[in-house]
Amino acid sequence: MSSSPQPDPGAGHSAWREGLDRLRSTATTEPGRLRIIGAALAGLLVLFGSVTAWQVSGRAAAADAVIGHSQPLSADAADIYRSLADADTAAAGGFLAGGQEPRAVRQRYEKDIARASELLVKAAANTDAGDPAGPRIAKLNEQLPLYTGLVESARANNRQGLPLGGAYLRYASDRMREELLPAARALYETETGRLGSDYGDAKDLPWAAFATGVLALGALGWAQRRTYLRTNRVLNHGLLASTAAATVLLLWLAVGHGVARAGLTQSYEHGAKSLQVLNEARIAALQARGDESLTLVARGAVLTPRGDDAYESSYRAGMQKLIGGDGVPVGGAPEEGSLLDRAQALADGAAGRDPVAGAIRDVRQWQQRHRDARASDDSGYYERALPKVIGEKDSTGESFDRVDTGLSRALTHEQGEFRRAADDGRGALAGLAVGAVVLAVLGAAGAVLGIGRRLAEYR
Amino acid sequence: MRAGTGRRRGPAAAVGCAVAAVAATALLPSSAAGHPERSVDPVRPGPHGASVAAARAPAACTAPEASLRPSTADGPAVQRIKNRGRLIAGVDQNSYRWGYRDPATGELSGFDIDLVRAVAKAVLGDPGKVTFLAIPTNQRIPALEKGKVDIIARTMTINCDRIKQVAFSTAYFEAGQQVLAPKGSPVTAFDDTLKGKKVCTAKGSTGESELRHESHGAFVLTVPNQLDCLVRLQLGQVDAVITDSALAAGQAAQDPSVRLVGKPFTTESYGVAMNLKDADLVRRVNAVLEDYRQGGAASPWMLAYRKWLEHDLKGITAPPEPKYKD
Repeated sequence: MSSSPQPDPGAGHSAWREGLDRLRSTATTEPGRLRIIGAALAGLLVLFGSVTAWQVSGRAAAADAVIGHSQPLSADAADIYRSLADADTAAAGGFLAGGQEPRAVRQRYEKDIARASELLVKAAANTDAGDPAGPRIAKLNEQLPLYTGLVESARANNRQGLPLGGAYLRYASDRMREELLPAARALYETETGRLGSDYGDAKDLPWAAFATGVLALGALGWAQRRTYLRTNRVLNHGLLASTAAATVLLLWLAVGHGVARAGLTQSYEHGAKSLQVLNEARIAALQARGDESLTLVARGAVLTPRGDDAYESSYRAGMQKLIGGDGVPVGGAPEEGSLLDRAQALADGAAGRDPVAGAIRDVRQWQQRHRDARASDDSGYYERALPKVIGEKDSTGESFDRVDTGLSRALTHEQGEFRRAADDGRGALAGLAVGAVVLAVLGAAGAVLGIGRRLAEYR
Repeated sequence: MRAGTGRRRGPAAAVGCAVAAVAATALLPSSAAGHPERSVDPVRPGPHGASVAAARAPAACTAPEASLRPSTADGPAVQRIKNRGRLIAGVDQNSYRWGYRDPATGELSGFDIDLVRAVAKAVLGDPGKVTFLAIPTNQRIPALEKGKVDIIARTMTINCDRIKQVAFSTAYFEAGQQVLAPKGSPVTAFDDTLKGKKVCTAKGSTGESELRHESHGAFVLTVPNQLDCLVRLQLGQVDAVITDSALAAGQAAQDPSVRLVGKPFTTESYGVAMNLKDADLVRRVNAVLEDYRQGGAASPWMLAYRKWLEHDLKGITAPPEPKYKD
């Protein structure tokens, strides 16, 4: 404020001393004290406004990042992961059908590879140097063409009727499981970690803003009490207006950020978390399906150290993760802690629960059909087992497709839930930063005017 | 780790035994028949219990290929198959030219499969009355012991360990470990041309033990299945493959740019395996094999050889001579 003492231009140290001396002498007179109080009040209000604007903008930016950047990137990474797993499953399925590879299966494989490549380009464009996602994307870009090359060798040999095709397919699938999928998973985890940290930033309480707000209100209260004690006047309009502005801003901040937090928490609890579990469930289902096909491709060529078929064992492990143990009739609940159990617990509303419940039923049926197909193959009827796995009707393939569709529907629903809650949360912060500046300026003006009224009495 | 079906010494046990057998054979002409095998056994490190066990029964190990004399008389085992109306055979589905499922037709075919059909024809009068079960390498003996299958025809090597657990027919094929390399490769045999090269072999196979004993300066890559070696060879990850000649022929048949080089450096005889209790079935299968070998160049054996193997495994003019122990 213009009323504050100005230090003389001159050498630093002595000028500072002189300023202090003048301040001290000013503080000994009432008008001088009033000038200092007015300046301090105005300063505090401006500080409150700027800290609020600064902290709220940070949180709004983080909320924007959640909705516009990290969540889509996390969803894209999940999609890369899923597309790759899906491509591997489609490759094995098409291989089993041999020369009669259905066009739809081939198209599914091609679509998956195209989708993964496209998303990798997008992910790379969103990655800065030094980003931990970078090396993962590079690895995926390097391995993907090798993988597709192996799959084509497998197809070519298979069409020649050579068992070498099966060996190529197993090798391709090993590359997928040992190189590509872990890299895709790591990318997904990196992006999801970024999502988590953006959530954290957006939900972080603006303590500095609260503290300066409380401080400004306290100072205003004290100044008004001082005025009252000295003049016996109850109301100073300027200071009252300033108090009102500061109170409104503090309440707006508390309510606005509180609502934003709640919205974001909900979008995390009901959206992001369900999305993660559903994505994992979908991938577990894809891998179990791939294993099931590879069991028939490998025909006992690869065993576990215990002497069981390696792919059948892997199928069982995948199913265990997805829904739990075998031997439960259709309609049986998923085992506690399994992915579908968790997805069911996280789903809310009929639109969220129904597709998950459907997927659970279909996985149980899949398990039953799988047992049946294995029994045929194990008793020497490969030709009967094959249609039970890749046939169009009443096959495990049909069950798998239903599971995949159900989980995909659940994912779409949860994506919508996420978006709605996150949008609501972000909306609660809208205008707050601008409002903070306006209210702070109004408050500061009120304080200056209020103190000015008192000063005028001394002229 | 995944176990291999490749050149399938299930538990590494077989190696010590094979060594003992080879050593014993080599020693026989110059020394007394009762020459204690214990003295040659420790030459090779590794396969432990089994070779000691083998050493305890030296007499049984001099000619494990010797089987029971053929007979067409029905015993309980043959009767069991006739009552069932089907022969249950354990086979491989992945060994090209031996036992594999053609992806186009879904049908099993190969040298071993033809042999099984000949047995079915002889016992049941119909080569189609067979249930083929895909039996993994390490399940061959348990499958016979549990009665899951009547016979196993799955490029199974006769050796002194196994004849204590299962009964074998007379040898129907002779093979040996051999090197497979691309045409024009500097690798020409199981010798020093392998120096500095990468070679591939199936995990747990005879090839792996041979390489452990004498690698000729080669770097060894092991894979779950012998066919995986051909994938690695085509991808340029290895320079040569070591597997037995019979399976190597199956690999060469799938890739005209590779060939078998050098001579086989071990000798292995394949037999049809059966339950030890099914002596009548052993005699019956031996009778089938007698017929299979009859006819010189036009014998069913030679026809099957020419159909499945000759192109990639040249130079065989006759089936192996049967040996009998009674």
